[in-house]
Amino acid sequence: MTTLTEELDQITAKVQQEQQAAGDRINVCVAAGCLSLHSDAVQHALEAETKKSAARCAVRGVGCMGLCSAGPVVSHEPAASASNENATRLYRGVQPEDAPQLVASLQGEPVAKLAISSQLPFFTRQTKVVLENSGRINPESIEEYIATGGYRALMHALNEMTPAEVVQEISASGLRGRGGAGYPTGLKWATVARVAGAPKYVICNADEGDPGAFMDRSVLEGDPHRVLEGMILAAYAIGASQGYIYLRAEYPLAVKRLGIAIREAKRMGLLGSDIGGTRMNLNLEIRLGAGAFVCGEETALIASIEGHRGTPHPRPPYPAESGLWGSPTLINNVETYANVPPILRRGSAWYAALGTAKSKGTKVFALSGKVRNTGLIEVPMGMTLREIIFDIGGGVDEGHTFKAVQTGGPSGGCIPAAQLDIPVDYDSLMQAGSIMGSGGMIVMDDSSCMVNVARFFMEFCMSESCGKCIPCRAGTAQMYGLLTRITEGTATHRELDLLTRLCDMVGATSLCGLGQTAPNPVLSTLRYFKNEYLAHIEDKHCPAGVCDCTASIAEVAQ
Amino acid sequence: MTATPAVKTFVIDGVDASARSEQTILSAAREHNIFIPTLCHLEGLSDVGACRLCLVEVKGARRLLPACTTRVEEGMEITCNSPRIAAYRQMTLQLLFAERNHVCAVCLANRHCELQSLATSLGMTHVEIPYRFPSLSVDISHERFTLDHNRCILCTRCIRVCSEIEGAHTWDLMGRGIQSRVITDLDQPWGESDTCTSCGKCVQVCPTGALFQKNRTGGQCCKDPSFLPYLRTMREEP
Repeated sequence: MTTLTEELDQITAKVQQEQQAAGDRINVCVAAGCLSLHSDAVQHALEAETKKSAARCAVRGVGCMGLCSAGPVVSHEPAASASNENATRLYRGVQPEDAPQLVASLQGEPVAKLAISSQLPFFTRQTKVVLENSGRINPESIEEYIATGGYRALMHALNEMTPAEVVQEISASGLRGRGGAGYPTGLKWATVARVAGAPKYVICNADEGDPGAFMDRSVLEGDPHRVLEGMILAAYAIGASQGYIYLRAEYPLAVKRLGIAIREAKRMGLLGSDIGGTRMNLNLEIRLGAGAFVCGEETALIASIEGHRGTPHPRPPYPAESGLWGSPTLINNVETYANVPPILRRGSAWYAALGTAKSKGTKVFALSGKVRNTGLIEVPMGMTLREIIFDIGGGVDEGHTFKAVQTGGPSGGCIPAAQLDIPVDYDSLMQAGSIMGSGGMIVMDDSSCMVNVARFFMEFCMSESCGKCIPCRAGTAQMYGLLTRITEGTATHRELDLLTRLCDMVGATSLCGLGQTAPNPVLSTLRYFKNEYLAHIEDKHCPAGVCDCTASIAEVAQ
Repeated sequence: MTATPAVKTFVIDGVDASARSEQTILSAAREHNIFIPTLCHLEGLSDVGACRLCLVEVKGARRLLPACTTRVEEGMEITCNSPRIAAYRQMTLQLLFAERNHVCAVCLANRHCELQSLATSLGMTHVEIPYRFPSLSVDISHERFTLDHNRCILCTRCIRVCSEIEGAHTWDLMGRGIQSRVITDLDQPWGESDTCTSCGKCVQVCPTGALFQKNRTGGQCCKDPSFLPYLRTMREEP
C-alpha cells in the first residue's frame, strides 16, 4: 500500500513527465483582470492554432502574472529550459488574431510587437512567496499544485510534527496577520490552541472589500490550494475539525476555483476524514458574503456565518475564546494562510530572514491608480514606497507629478511625496498616519484632489457602515456632508473645526474597526494636505481642478 | 491551586469598590451610585454595546470600553466621567438629535423621553451638528400602537424585547448605516403583522417617542419597562 506522501511523489513525477512530453508551455492569464479583456478567447484561439500546427506545445489557463495593465498577458516557457526562468517569454495585450503569429514563433524569435522583457524592474524587483505559483500553474488542477511541492508541508506536519510544534514554527517565523492589523499569527494560533473547548473552528476571511484591492482574489484565483493547505495546517495546529471560507460573492471565479480545489483535495484524501491516513478530520465549506464590507470585521463575519445580520459585537470576548457559535475560533486572512505552507516547507528561519526586524516576510500589494504598471506585486517588507511606486510601478504618467499614495483602503491614509522613502512595514506606515492594511495601494498624481479623495473614502464608509453604533452610523454621514460642503466651496472654518472634532470622536468611540478607522483618510489628508482644504474653504478654489467650487457659490448667491 | 475569587476589587472614579466577577462595569457603577449614561442598555435585555454613551476609561486599556458589556476585573482603575468622555457623550447625543427629526415640543414623549432627559442631565445646550431632516414615515396601521421613524434612535430595544422576552421576533432591522430602520415582519405594515401579539412590550421599552400607544395625549405617554427584570427573574427561577 502506498502512503499519501508516496502518492504525491508519483503525481509530481507524472505531471513533470507529461509537461516534458507536451513540449513548450503557453500560459494564458485567465484571472479576473485579463479575463475581463477576453483572455479566454485568446486561450481558445491559441489552442485551436496549436492543434493545427505541428508545434509540440500545451496551452494552459493560469492565474495572475501581475502586470494587469498589460492584459491579456501570455507567457511562453520553452520546453528545453523548464528550469531557466529567464528563457520565459512574456507577451502583452495579446488578441485572438495574434495566435498564429505566436504559435509560429515558438521555435524562433519572440513576436516583437507583443513582447515585454521579463528583465523589467517590475519583475526583477519582486520576491514571490505567496505568488510563487500564480501564473505558473493551472489553478484548477491539484496535480499541478502538488508538482510544485504542494501539500508536502502538510504531510510533513501531520506525520512528523505535533500541533504545538507547528504553532512554534509559525511564531518563530514572525508572520503577522495580512488582513491589515498585523497581529502576530503565531500568538493568535497559540491562544486558540490553548483555549479549552470543543469544537473549534478555523475561518478564512476572504471578504476582501477595500477599494482598489485585489490581492486575495488573485491568490484564490491563481493558487487556491495554497490557501487550503494553510487552513488545514492551521486546523491541525489548533485542533479544529470544521472550517469556513467566507468569500465575497462578487468573486465568482474565485468561488468556482475554490470549489474545485476543495473537491479535488477531498478526492485526494487531503480534506475530509482521516487526512493523509492520520486521525485528523477537517471539513471545509464556502460561505458567500452578500456584499457587506463590514463583514470583513471578524465578529461581523462570524455573525454572518451564523446566519445573523452581519454586525460586529464588542470585544472581548475575542473570537479566539468565544467565536463562531460561542466556540474558540481562529480567523485569518487569505494571504496569511497562503504564507503558511512555504514557512513550514522551507523553515521559519528562512522566512524570518525576509523583511524587517518587526515585519517579516513579503507582502502582496495591488498597485492601482495613476501609476504606469498597475497590477499585482509581491515585495519583501521594508522596501521603500519609492522603490515600489517608481521602480516597480514605473512612476506616474508623463507630464504629471506624484502627489500621494493611499494605503490601507478606507481605514488607511495618504502618504505624501516627502515620505516616499519610508520602508513599507506595519510600524513605519502607522507612524506616517496610514496602515499596512490588506495591501491596496492607490497612487495619486497632481490631478487628484485630496479633499475629494477623503470624501470618496468617507462616502464608502458611510454606505458600508452597518448602522449599529451611533458614532459610525451618524458620524460618517455627517463627516461626508461636511466634506461635500468643503468640495462645493460652501464650507467655512467652522465646518473644518467640526469635521476635525468628529474625526476624533468617531475614531475613539466607534464599536468596530470600520468606524474606528473611518476618519483616517481625512486625518491623514488634513495632516499632509491641509493647504488643499484651506484653498477650498478660503479661496473657493480646488488646486487640482477636480471640484467645482463655484457652482454652489452661484447657487447660494441666488 | 487557588480558585479564582468570585469577587473582584477595583477603583471606580477614585472609590474603592467590589463586585462579583460576572458583573459589568455598568452594574457595579450603579450599585455604587455612580452615574453612567445609557440608551441601548435596559435592565432585563441582552446588551449590544451600540449607543457608546456608557464608554468609560480603564487605565491601561488602549481604547474606551463600553461599561455595559465589559466585565469588572481585579485591579481595574475605571474613570466614568472625564472632560474627554463628557465631550464625546455630548457629541453622541448631538449626532442623534441631528440624525432624525427629534422635535420635543410636538413629541408625545415630551418630558418622558430618555433621549431628552439625557440631553438635559449631560448639559447639552445646543446642537452644532447640521440637522439632516430626513423624510421618514409614520406607521399608524396597528390598532393600538404607532411607530414614528422620525423619533427612532435605533437602540434596538424593541427588537430585543420582542425576540428575547415575548418570543415573537416581530421587529427587526433593515437597511444599513444611516439608512437603517426598524421594521415589523418583512417590512409589512405593523397592523398587518402575523407575528405581532400586540403585547405592547416594545412600546414600554422604547426610550423615545418612536413607539407610543394611541389615544394618549402628551402628558400620558409614560413608559414603564420595570416589568422586564421581574419577568426575567421569574423565568429564571426553577
